[in-house]
Amino acid sequence: MTAETTWTAITPTDNVPPREGRAVRIGNLEIAIFNINGRFLTIENACPHKGGPLCDGITSGTTVVCPLHGQRFDLETGAPVLASQATCLATFPTRVDEGLILVDLTNPRKIVP
Amino acid sequence: MKQQLVVIGNGMAGVACVEQILKFQHNYEITIFGDETHVNYNRIMLSMVLSGEKAAEDIVLNDIDWYQSNNIRARLGVRIGGIDCAGRSVIDETGHFTPYDKLILATGSSAFVPPIPGVNNQNVHVFRTLDDTRALLDKSYPGCKAVVIGGGLLGLEAARGLQVRGCEVTVVHLMDTLMERQLDPTGGAYLTRKMENLGVRVLLSRQTKAILGNGKVEGVEFAGGGVLDADLVVIAAGIRPNAELARKANLEVNRGVIVDDFMVTSDPDILAVGECTEHRGQTFGLVAPLYDQGRVLAAAVTGNPTAGFKATTPAAKLKIMGVDIFSAGSMDEKEPGVEVVRYEDPSIGIYKRLLVKENRLHGVILVGDATDEQTYKDWLKDGTDLTALRRQILFPPTNGDPGLEVADMPDSHTICGCNGVRKGDIVQAIHEHSITNMTQLKQRTRASSSCGTCAGTCEKLLRAVATDFQQETRTTICNCLPFSYEQLKGIVKTQQLKSVEEVLHVYGNRKGCEVCKPALSYMLDVLWCGGHEEDRSARFINDRVHANIQNDGTFSVVPRMRGGVTSPAELRRIAEVAEKYHVPMVKVTGSQRLDLLGVKKADLPGIWKDLGMPSGQAYTKGVRMVKTCVGSTFCRFGTQDSISTGIELERRLENLFTPHKYKMAVVGCPRNCAEATVKDLGFIGQDGSWQVVVGGAAGKSVRKADLLITVETTEQALEASDLFFQYYRENANYLERTYDFVERLGIEKIRKETVYATEIGKRELLERLARSKELSKDAWLDGEEPVNPTQFVQIQPMEVFATR
Ligand code: SRM
Ligand SMILES: Cc1cc2nc3c(=O)[nH]c(=O)nc-3n(C[C@H](O)[C@H](O)[C@H](O)COP(=O)(O)OP(=O)(O)OC[C@H]3O[C@@H](n4cnc5c(N)ncnc54)[C@H](O)[C@@H]3O)c2cc1C
Ligand code: SF4
Ligand code: FES
Repeated sequence: MTAETTWTAITPTDNVPPREGRAVRIGNLEIAIFNINGRFLTIENACPHKGGPLCDGITSGTTVVCPLHGQRFDLETGAPVLASQATCLATFPTRVDEGLILVDLTNPRKIVP
Repeated sequence: MKQQLVVIGNGMAGVACVEQILKFQHNYEITIFGDETHVNYNRIMLSMVLSGEKAAEDIVLNDIDWYQSNNIRARLGVRIGGIDCAGRSVIDETGHFTPYDKLILATGSSAFVPPIPGVNNQNVHVFRTLDDTRALLDKSYPGCKAVVIGGGLLGLEAARGLQVRGCEVTVVHLMDTLMERQLDPTGGAYLTRKMENLGVRVLLSRQTKAILGNGKVEGVEFAGGGVLDADLVVIAAGIRPNAELARKANLEVNRGVIVDDFMVTSDPDILAVGECTEHRGQTFGLVAPLYDQGRVLAAAVTGNPTAGFKATTPAAKLKIMGVDIFSAGSMDEKEPGVEVVRYEDPSIGIYKRLLVKENRLHGVILVGDATDEQTYKDWLKDGTDLTALRRQILFPPTNGDPGLEVADMPDSHTICGCNGVRKGDIVQAIHEHSITNMTQLKQRTRASSSCGTCAGTCEKLLRAVATDFQQETRTTICNCLPFSYEQLKGIVKTQQLKSVEEVLHVYGNRKGCEVCKPALSYMLDVLWCGGHEEDRSARFINDRVHANIQNDGTFSVVPRMRGGVTSPAELRRIAEVAEKYHVPMVKVTGSQRLDLLGVKKADLPGIWKDLGMPSGQAYTKGVRMVKTCVGSTFCRFGTQDSISTGIELERRLENLFTPHKYKMAVVGCPRNCAEATVKDLGFIGQDGSWQVVVGGAAGKSVRKADLLITVETTEQALEASDLFFQYYRENANYLERTYDFVERLGIEKIRKETVYATEIGKRELLERLARSKELSKDAWLDGEEPVNPTQFVQIQPMEVFATR
C-alpha cells in the first residue's frame, strides 16, 4: 500500500560530492544521501550493527561500507551485501529536479530479509 | 515444464548437495529455504570467528551472486513449518505453500540443551550458528566469567575462543576424559594439561544440576554440591538431528530421518542429506561423509547411477592453535587382534597411540604433534601393509623433496576430505583453467575451502603442477584490481595516472572498495610526491575530516604538541576551547599530547581555528608524534638535548603520510624514559653520539628496535632518520608498520639502501622527501577552505517535512 507520493526538496546536488554521502536530519529521521556518479540514492543513516553513520562510509559502486566495523550495504535495496548481517535498511525514492535532490520520505522501502 | 526442487535448510550439506546437482544436466527450478538469514557459510569456521581469527565475511561459502547466477531462489529467514506429502508442498511459517516435485530435507541438527533448571536465563547460549556466535561475541568481555558445559570438540573450541577474548573460562565435562569419543584416557589427560596451560580451567566428572540466576545467569550448580560463578554459559553438550518436520509428516524417523543408500526417505519424492539423516543406524556430526551423501543424492535426483552411500568414520581434528589433536579410525584397544603402539613424552606434551591390526593401521590418536596426520590418514584409508615400516611407524619417514609427497599420491587420492576433491581433480582443474594461485584453486575445485587443513597439501600440489605458480601473500591488493602492488606502481608511473578514479577505470573494476581506495590514494601520494589529484571519496572518513571517528559517530581532536612540549598559553586555549564547545572529555594520550574527545563533525573547523594549533594527525596513517624526555635541558643524566632534537624531528616530518602510522621518540640517555626503543624510529642519546634505531613496537606486538646507525651529530641523526623515513614510505606495503617492514627486509638490506647507500642514492631519497614535504600542508587548514561546501557542515533540508 503506497501513500501518495510527496517529494521533499532536500538540498542542491552540489552539496553531495561524487561517491560520497551526506547525512540529513528531518525530524526524528536521519537519512544519508549518496551521489553515485550523478545518481542519487537515499538510505537510512544508522547502521543496523551499532548505529554507525553510513553517510561517512566509503562507497564501492552502489554499495557503502560502514565506517565503524565494515558492514556493507546495497544503496539500491538497503540489503546487506553479505548475508552474514541480518538486517536491511530502508531506502527512499530519490530524484533530481532542476539541480535539487528530492526525496520521497513518505514511501520508505524495506525488503524483508 | 520445469520440475520444482525444494530444499529445506540452507546449510553446509544442503547447499553442497545443490552444487553437485548443478554439475549434472537437470530440469529443476531450485528453491532453498533457510531459517537463518545468512547465505551459506562455513559453520566449521565459527570457532575462528569467535576467537577473532576470522571475520564473519571471511567464512561465506556461497555469496548472493552464486544463488543469482545459478537461478536459485534463496528464501532466507524463512522457516518451513510443515510438509504436505500428499499435496506435495511445503508450508512456511507465514502459511504460504510452495509446491515441489522433489523435496530435499537438509535441516541439519540443533544443539542439545539438557533439561536442567535455569537454561532459560539470559546469557545462556548454545554455539551452532553465526547468530549464536555473534551473541557470544557481544556478551563476552575481558574478565567475564564463562562456563562451557561440555568438553567435546565444540566445547573446547568455544572455550578457547572466549578465553582469547579475555574471559575467564572453565570447561565442565560430565566424563572423566575430555573428548572421550576421540581420545583414550591418556590422550585426554594430555589434552587437559594443554588446555590448562593455555589458561582454560577444566573440571572433569561434573554433572551440571542447575543453572543459577534470577533472569540472568549467575552460576552453575553441580550434582553432589559445588557452585561455580558465571556471567556467561555456553552449552555444548552434543547435537540432535532436526527431524521434527519429517516426524510430523509421518516419514520414517528414528534419531534422524531414515534414508536408504541413495538418500531417499520413506517417501520416494523426499530425500534427505546432512546431519538430519540417519543411515543404517548411524547419525553424523562432521561434514566429510555429508558431502559424500550430497554427491550420491545429486546423482540420484538427476537420474544418474552411483554405487550408493557408504558411511566412513571421518577423522576428527581440534581447531585450536597450539593444541594439535588428531584422531581417526578405531579407538577400541580391546578388540581382538589389535596391538597398541605408543609413544609419549610428558615434558614436551607429545602423545601418540596407534592401533595396529594384522599389520595395518586400525586407529590413531595424536596429541601435541599432528605433523604426520596425512600419512596416517593415508595408511588407514589405503590399508597400507606396514610390515616393512614397523620400526618407523611412530615417526614415519619424511623426505627432503617437497614435491615427492604429492608425486607419490595416486590420482584417486582424496586431498580435501571435506569436499571430496581428489588429486586427479585438482591436477585437471589446474590445467584446464590455467590456475596459478590458491584463490583460483579454491573457487574452481572447492578444495581447502571448508576446514582448510589440506591447504598445505593443495599448495604443494599447485606448486608442483602449475607452470606459473604464484605465491599468494599480498599478490593483489583486493579483487578490484588484478595486479600486485609492485606491478601497479609500475603502471601508475609509466601511464602517468594521477587519480584513484583513473587507476580504477583503466585497470580495475571501476568501483574500487574500502581496501584498495585508501591504498591507491597513498600510492599516488608517494609516487607523485604529493602532486597527485586528491580524491576525498577514496579516503576513510578520518582523512576526509581530519579527525578520528568514534563509536558514536563523533570525532576526536588531537592537536600537534611537538615533542610533548606545551605552554601555559596553549593549555589555556585548549581549556577554553573545551569549555566553549562542551567537549565531553579532555584526556592525556599515550603519546604525550592532549585529546579532545566526543566532538561533533560540524564543530571541527571552529575548534581548530580557536585552538590555533596544527593537526596532530592522530587519525591517519601518517606521522604521529615524537615523544621526548627532558634530556640535558633538565635531567642530571641527560647527555643530549632530546627536547629540541625531538621538536626539530617532528617539524621535519609532520604532515606527511606513511604506509601505516609512524611514531617516534628521542631520549637523552640510554635510560630511555620516552621509550625510543619501541618506536618506529628512535634517537637514543649517548655521550657524544646518537643511536638511531628503527622498527620498534609496543602495540599489538612488542619488538625492540634495530640499530640503524650510530652518528656523532644531531644533523647526521636527522639525515639518517630522513633516509629511513622516505625509504619506508616508498617500499613498505600499505598498512605495513615498520616493525613488520624491517623484519621482512632485514636491517642489513635497509642499512645498505639508506645510510650506507651511494651518495646519489641518498640524494635521490632526500630530494623526493623534500618535494613531498614542500607540497604537504597542515590538514586542518581545510577548516578554513573546505574541499567542498559540505565537508563539515550538516546539511539542513530545504523544506521541512510537515507531518514528521
Ligand atoms: C587516543 C589514544 C589512546 C589514549 O587515550 O592514549 C589512542 C587511540 C586509538 N588507537 Fe592507539 N591510541 C593512542 C596511543 C597508542 C599507543 C601509544 C603510543 O603512541 O606511544 C600505541 C602503541 C604504539 C604503537 O602505535 O604501536 C597504540 C597502538 C594502537 C594500535 C596497534 C598498532 C600496532 O600495529 O601495534 C592500533 C590499531 C592499529 O593501528 O591498527 C591503535 C588504534 C587506535 C584507534 C585509532 C582505534 C580506531 O581506529 O578508532 C584509537 C582511537 C580512539 C578514539 O576514539 O579516538 N592504537 N596507540 C592514543 C593517541 C596517541 C596520540 O596522541 O596520537
Ligand atoms: C562451531 C562448530 C565447529 C565445527 N567444526 C567442525 C569441524 O572441524 N569439522 C567438521 O567436519 N565438522 C564440524 N562441525 C560440524 C559441521 O558444521 C556440520 O556437520 C555441518 O554444518 C552439517 O551440515 P548440515 O547442512 O547438515 O547442517 P547445517 O549446516 O546446520 O544446516 C542446516 C540448516 O537448515 C536450517 N533449518 C533447519 N530447519 C529448518 C526449517 N524448518 N526451515 C528452514 N531452515 C531450516 C538450519 O537453520 C541450518 O541453517 C562444526 C560445527 C560447529 C557448530
Ligand atoms: S587500546 Fe586503543 S584501540 Fe583499544 S580501546 Fe583503547 S584506545 Fe581504543
Ligand atoms: S556500526 Fe556499522 S558495522 Fe558496526
